[in-house]
Amino acid sequence: MTELRDATAAAEQPAAAVAPLSQPARRRRSRRELVELVVLLGPALTLFAGFVLLPIGIAAYYGLFNWSGYGPLSDFTGLHNYRLVLADPVFRASLWHNVIIALLSLIIQLPISIAIALLLNRRMRGGSFLRMAVFAPYVVSQATTAVLWLLLLEPGGFVDELLKAAGLGGLVQDWLADPTIVLYTMFVVLTWQFIGFGIILLLAGLQGIPRELHEAAGIDGASAWATTRHITLPLLGPTIRIWIFLSMIGSLQVFDLVWIMTLGGPADASSTMVSYMIFFGFHSLEFGYGSAAAVILFVISFAFAFLYQRFALRRDTEGALTRAVR
Amino acid sequence: MRSSRKYVAVAAAAAAALALAACGSSGSSSGGNSASGKITLTWWSNANANPLLGVFQKLMKEYHASHPKVSFSYVPIQNESYDTKIQVALQGDNPPDIFFQRGGGYMATQLKSGKLENLTPYVSSWISELGAEAAAWQINGRQYGIPYDLHSVGFWYRKDLFARAGITSPPATMPELESDIVKLKAAHIVPIAVGSKDQWPDAFYYDYFAVRECSIATLKSAIKTVSASNPCFLKAGSDVTAFMAKNPFQPAFLNTPAQVGAGSSAGLVASGKAAMELQGDWDPSVMEALVPSSQWKADINDIGWFPFPAVPGAPGNSQVLLGGGDGNSCSTSAPEPACADFLEYLETASSQKLLVATANVGLPANPAASSALTLPAEQTILAATKQTPYIQEYFDLAWPTNVGSALDAAVANMFAGKATPQDIVSAINQAAAQQ
Repeated sequence: MTELRDATAAAEQPAAAVAPLSQPARRRRSRRELVELVVLLGPALTLFAGFVLLPIGIAAYYGLFNWSGYGPLSDFTGLHNYRLVLADPVFRASLWHNVIIALLSLIIQLPISIAIALLLNRRMRGGSFLRMAVFAPYVVSQATTAVLWLLLLEPGGFVDELLKAAGLGGLVQDWLADPTIVLYTMFVVLTWQFIGFGIILLLAGLQGIPRELHEAAGIDGASAWATTRHITLPLLGPTIRIWIFLSMIGSLQVFDLVWIMTLGGPADASSTMVSYMIFFGFHSLEFGYGSAAAVILFVISFAFAFLYQRFALRRDTEGALTRAVR
Repeated sequence: MRSSRKYVAVAAAAAAALALAACGSSGSSSGGNSASGKITLTWWSNANANPLLGVFQKLMKEYHASHPKVSFSYVPIQNESYDTKIQVALQGDNPPDIFFQRGGGYMATQLKSGKLENLTPYVSSWISELGAEAAAWQINGRQYGIPYDLHSVGFWYRKDLFARAGITSPPATMPELESDIVKLKAAHIVPIAVGSKDQWPDAFYYDYFAVRECSIATLKSAIKTVSASNPCFLKAGSDVTAFMAKNPFQPAFLNTPAQVGAGSSAGLVASGKAAMELQGDWDPSVMEALVPSSQWKADINDIGWFPFPAVPGAPGNSQVLLGGGDGNSCSTSAPEPACADFLEYLETASSQKLLVATANVGLPANPAASSALTLPAEQTILAATKQTPYIQEYFDLAWPTNVGSALDAAVANMFAGKATPQDIVSAINQAAAQQ
């Protein structure tokens, strides 16, 4: 928003300096611009304020009360709820689970995504079919994915039988019932669902790399590995940074799959910050406490998003895209 | 009846619940309209599928025929969405006239909204016909809800699997149950199925051990004061730990749902993959939906029921049952006496027989309809409820909602081997301090 205002101001200044006589025209134009701004931005800003900013403010306010969701907000407890949430080992464990998922995404999903994208970027028979197949899980709703994997991972279910048939019966686990394993099982399901999106994103990035660079490198005698290492990957940088951003934010907000598949259990072994918030807000009817958890989740996500934009994405958005995006 | 329990976790519904909550309660309209004396009662209920939905619709039609000025606007709401939606509606200005009620601490939590009608003046002449259970739907001597069915929890078991393991009669004491578990395991039969994913089935075990370890007076005062500080609650926790040490449950029980799908605990018993399950009286209606109907018809006589066994040396009364019920409340904006009168209509013997025989709701709230119970096992339950001096409502509903869910979570942690008896007591008392 400030960017836009700056841009408008910058546009106005030379006009004022060069043509002091055209005052009425300028006023008309600026009024027209104002109307345009109101008409074009107004609805979106109203919705944004009403459905994003206001609820955040209200949640922060609710968080100051001990409130069951019924009756007036009368039991003011200050920052007590916020302190309780931050001190609760279950919340800390949930935050840690989010961080583990984020780190695993970086370490495992990203390299796999890049590798598959590089493969799919070659001209080959059935290439578009493979692209579609890779992307398909992302199109399925998370609820469907959750139910599908619940069935696959049932004790004695498809996954267990498959492992046994392959002579790997010793690897069979209580995939969703063992507190030491369940989080990693969830990560596999999350990967299955979301890796296609990353691959498509990276493919789009790859298509944007000019072919001439590869041709030139080929003429200079660069090996395929050297071309990938020194041309493709650096030019894919902006896309990778965007992927990391989306993936980290997604990791902080994991909920649907976890809630349907495990309800955060057993013994909170797969709980996430959002499942924690839903449990206390809607399940236990501790709306004040749940709101406090929601606000803390928001602050964590926002801080990450802000810092990442500031330090990692800035060089991509500066120049390459319009300034207003920053 | 599966919809009768609070924490049945078809969790896909959580998202729907949020969406519904966001949409608010524009659907409700308060009754008392129009000068001609015609009124429309808006009724929100979790009965969103047949047979119960059909029975309710039939009863509304009948009532309208005999009271032409009263018509209904019935809003069926999926069970898991219901709690969120009614919370928003009661906090708003336009709650439904009649709404589904779970009683106990759940109702007490709702009472804070100030929107629950005190029904005492309208029902005092007949409420005693429902027996002692109706008292559980009072707060400070005022009737805020009327149950239309009663529930009690006990062991559902398969007689065929017991026979295969050489067990001749159901266990009456805990040592007998434990020796039966050994016999079933020796016969390669899973002794007990439990739906730990949903947490509340775990709590049945803790609740029942507490009911056996605590005297009736202690139980009543624990509910009233929202406290688990009596040592019997600690003892109940160590009883659960000792019972868990027998490894009575199916493999991977920590992620088994209670009522959803063939792999659920109800499904395992229904399909003969486990011999027992500690569940509510509604369990057969859940099981029936999880196996082919031909198999269910063939197996139905193999399904039996026995009460939670006595714990030798425990001071509690061994005939006390754990239970609850389903009912309805009126909101303060509902037109009276029409709303209370309709709730009374749901209690008539003919309505109750229809609910029991056609909708399989469990035990009727009105004992006059008991003859409509069809399964032999249901008659066993009925006999147990007649003998009991006291029915303890499930603690998770008897206590305020946040305390109940803290209890369920703590017991679930114990089932996962991550909580001690002291942890359960602390969780209850800490949540109670938030009240």
